[in-house]
Amino acid sequence: MMTWVLAHLITLILFSPLVVGLVLWFIPVRQVKAIRWVTLAGTLIPFFLALAAWARFDSASPAFQFIEQVPWYISLNASYHVGVDGISLTMVLLTTLLMPLAILTSFNITEKTRTYMQLFLLLETAMLGVFVALDLLLFFVFWEVGLVPMYFLIAAWGGKNRNYASLKFILFTMGGSLGLLLATQMMGMLTGSFDLSVVTEKWLALEGGTLFGLPLKTITFWAFVIAFAVKVPVWPFHTWLPDAHTEAPTAGSMILAGVLLKLGAYGFIRLVLPLFPAESQAFAPWLAALSVAAIVMGALGAWGQSDFKRLVAYSSINHMGFVVLAVAAAGAAAGTPDAHIAMNGAVLQMVAHGLSSAGMFFLVGAIYERTHTRDLNELGGLYAQLPVYGSVLTFIAMASLGLPGLAGFMAEFQIVRGTWPVFMGATAIALVGLFFTGAYILKALKLTLHGPLPERWKKLTDLNVRELVVVSPLMALSLWIGLWPAGIMSLFNLTVAALF
Amino acid sequence: MDLTGFPILSVIIFLPLAAGLLILVMPATKTGWVNGLATTVGAVDLVLALLLYFSYDQVAAGYQFIEKMPWVPQLGISYHVGVDGFSLPMVILGALVVLCGALVSWNVDDRPREFFAFLMFLGTSILGVFASLDLFQLFFFFEIAVFPKYLMIVLWGYPKTRNYGGMKLTIYLFVGSMMALFGVLVIYFKSGLNTFDLLALDQVSFAPELQRWLFPFVFLGFAILGGIFPFHSWAPDGHVAAPTAVSMMLAGVEMKVGAFAALRAGIMLLPEGAQYWQTAILILATINVVYGALIALVQTDFKYVIGFSSVSHMGLVLIGMATLTKQGLLGAGMQMFSHGIMTALFFAIVGMVYDRAHTRELSALGGLGRKMPWAAFGFIVAGLVSMGMPGFSGFTAEFPIFVGAWQVAPWVAIIGILGVIVTAGYILLVIRRVFFGELPPALEKVSDVSRKDKFVIALLSSLMVALGIFPALLSDLISTGVAYILALVGAG
Repeated sequence: MMTWVLAHLITLILFSPLVVGLVLWFIPVRQVKAIRWVTLAGTLIPFFLALAAWARFDSASPAFQFIEQVPWYISLNASYHVGVDGISLTMVLLTTLLMPLAILTSFNITEKTRTYMQLFLLLETAMLGVFVALDLLLFFVFWEVGLVPMYFLIAAWGGKNRNYASLKFILFTMGGSLGLLLATQMMGMLTGSFDLSVVTEKWLALEGGTLFGLPLKTITFWAFVIAFAVKVPVWPFHTWLPDAHTEAPTAGSMILAGVLLKLGAYGFIRLVLPLFPAESQAFAPWLAALSVAAIVMGALGAWGQSDFKRLVAYSSINHMGFVVLAVAAAGAAAGTPDAHIAMNGAVLQMVAHGLSSAGMFFLVGAIYERTHTRDLNELGGLYAQLPVYGSVLTFIAMASLGLPGLAGFMAEFQIVRGTWPVFMGATAIALVGLFFTGAYILKALKLTLHGPLPERWKKLTDLNVRELVVVSPLMALSLWIGLWPAGIMSLFNLTVAALF
Repeated sequence: MDLTGFPILSVIIFLPLAAGLLILVMPATKTGWVNGLATTVGAVDLVLALLLYFSYDQVAAGYQFIEKMPWVPQLGISYHVGVDGFSLPMVILGALVVLCGALVSWNVDDRPREFFAFLMFLGTSILGVFASLDLFQLFFFFEIAVFPKYLMIVLWGYPKTRNYGGMKLTIYLFVGSMMALFGVLVIYFKSGLNTFDLLALDQVSFAPELQRWLFPFVFLGFAILGGIFPFHSWAPDGHVAAPTAVSMMLAGVEMKVGAFAALRAGIMLLPEGAQYWQTAILILATINVVYGALIALVQTDFKYVIGFSSVSHMGLVLIGMATLTKQGLLGAGMQMFSHGIMTALFFAIVGMVYDRAHTRELSALGGLGRKMPWAAFGFIVAGLVSMGMPGFSGFTAEFPIFVGAWQVAPWVAIIGILGVIVTAGYILLVIRRVFFGELPPALEKVSDVSRKDKFVIALLSSLMVALGIFPALLSDLISTGVAYILALVGAG
């Protein structure tokens, strides 16, 4: 039994949410409590399995581990090929950690609870699939499938403007991945396989080639980059994000910011850099420029918002920009210690931002639930009324701001250290962007927590136990990583060193 | 299971015919008998078709379950049936849609005897085409479908457009048939073999000159029924005018009959002609994909959206065939099956909604997901298939088509993919307009779908998911059929 579990660990992690989602069909719709607890249990299973994988993972080896391979679409030479290295296991841990918290957040959903939970479980399987896929076709399958549950979560449980936001979300991301789809087909055709190792080997060996008179590899590179840039999102492909975030239900925003955006960044790390080393180097300045634009514009955009949730949404663009900046530097200076440091920072930033953005969206949701407004100008003085909420919000906001001692600082510091020698100008501008980050976060804190407390908020209640259970792991982990980054970095450091 | 000596294909083909004749002599008052018999025959046919699937020897491949006997020996015409990896899934599809069409038609109360009898006749003609190994017989089965099709549309169709739709469909298909018949006769005479035996004709190498001028007649003649641009406009009008079960049969199977015949008689007999006209077909089929999707986007009638979506999706089938590559043909086979069940489910659900709401105007519909959750679920699944969403059969079918297109004409893949995003747009809009949002007061009393409807929804949806997750259920089988086609095309 034990050996069987170990031999199929990744498959079990991957599909246990989906199976629980199917099991929910056998619970009557009215048994809302049972549905909630079964879903929570269903998301805890992959979390504990992922912890088991971490315990068993040999972090002294940069190779893929827990590999499973079964023929799948034989006629196309595609297989169900999964496994994890240090980077993907880190992402699996992040995903499986955030999901139970998102489900716990969703305990207040009363409308069509069962379908809601099923969609979340399907979403978890899809996201995990992207992180563990070692076959290009499989990667695309999971990449695209995740759009469906997120679309319906926004369209059916979202805010006032949900129709517009959900359609924009799915058409933007589907449109963005058309190039990825075409490139996947073309690479499969040229290499005769979809297995990532085979494709990489044959693709790198491929010389020249043109498509409509343009260099094939350059076109393919941009097809990949655009697909992932839409998801991250990098300026100017970001406009779907504030709308989707603002309209999504709270748990949806948590997962959207916490995990879905990481899929894009992961695509850069897993596919763009290894498959296109030459192009990544040649176009690195472009990518750096776009990421700096995302950092600065994201921060300015956040500064300009009066809607609390929109402000947090723009902050994601700002923070994820650093990940892409690191990717650009790693492309430009592959093989150097700078690239290594920058990419270590990028992976750590993905974790740090996953924790802090999920926390921020959760806290925005908590205050919206109490006041039914997200307008910062209507809030104020809440620290006096909700001392626990105020403290928690301050803590998470500081994590997001990059206060030393918390995770964000460690990540951004490494990124900046790694990119400085490569793109000094871009990094300098990014640092100015970091200044704006401080400004918009302090603005949000001031407008919610400080100043006079409006009369009508004097009956608000503080965070309850369930809400504290959601937010405390996020705070504890932020602190732990901020003080002892090696605790998690030892998991992916060697993989990063081997890759970049 | 040993099927030696049991004429399983003939039973599959003629069981509906026999049932139809029997239904005609049943007492008019016993509608339960009529419905029951038709449904039972559909179920038996499906079981037999599945028996074929499990008994087919994939290692030996080639045509199996062959039956042959002289029919008009003076002209070299025989009754000759058999299936290979490419046509076997089509037989399953035909039986499946006959069953589902019968199941959703239990509420037909206007002359149900004739309705079900004609439905059965249509079933025989469709199954006959897929199993034909004789060119004359193929044409024969292809043609007799006109009679039940036309009558069912004008007698039971949508009153406002049934005369127009039925007539338009019939005229288009007659023109196509004339072209195809001419081509068939030229093939017969030029082969010099005095036979219509397809297996013998497959081996004939017609003169390249002949193939080039003859190919358009045969291919286009049959492909008109497959909805090829610019001869597609019968399809949306015909589909919309037809009663639900006939729309399911027309879009689900008849369009595949057209594409299948165009492949069997056009590409496989005249491979050099196919190569010569390849670019032209690719252009027309790519227009099908993108133009069909764009027109579907602007429809205000629920049923017309689906009607035009069929035009768009059949374009992908034709692209796959025209690539003349392993992956493209595999994808065409997969797409014919996948689109067949998908569009049958679409039309079934459109019918369920219309029967209850008495309108198909998208602006008058809304919020029906609460009243008809099963219908909403089925429509969403079919919609995701239509969008080519991974995890559903549409993706496992379209993906190889595009891989095939990359090999011969990258521009087809790049332009064709635009159809995918437009499809996503119109499908999501229709889902929202019909099943989400506010429920109009007029629809307050809408009832949920019947138990038979639920069965149809569950059966077809689960098949689409199964094929999306386990494409090998069909792809290995179809690949064996593709190998035979490629051998002919390569030899041409």
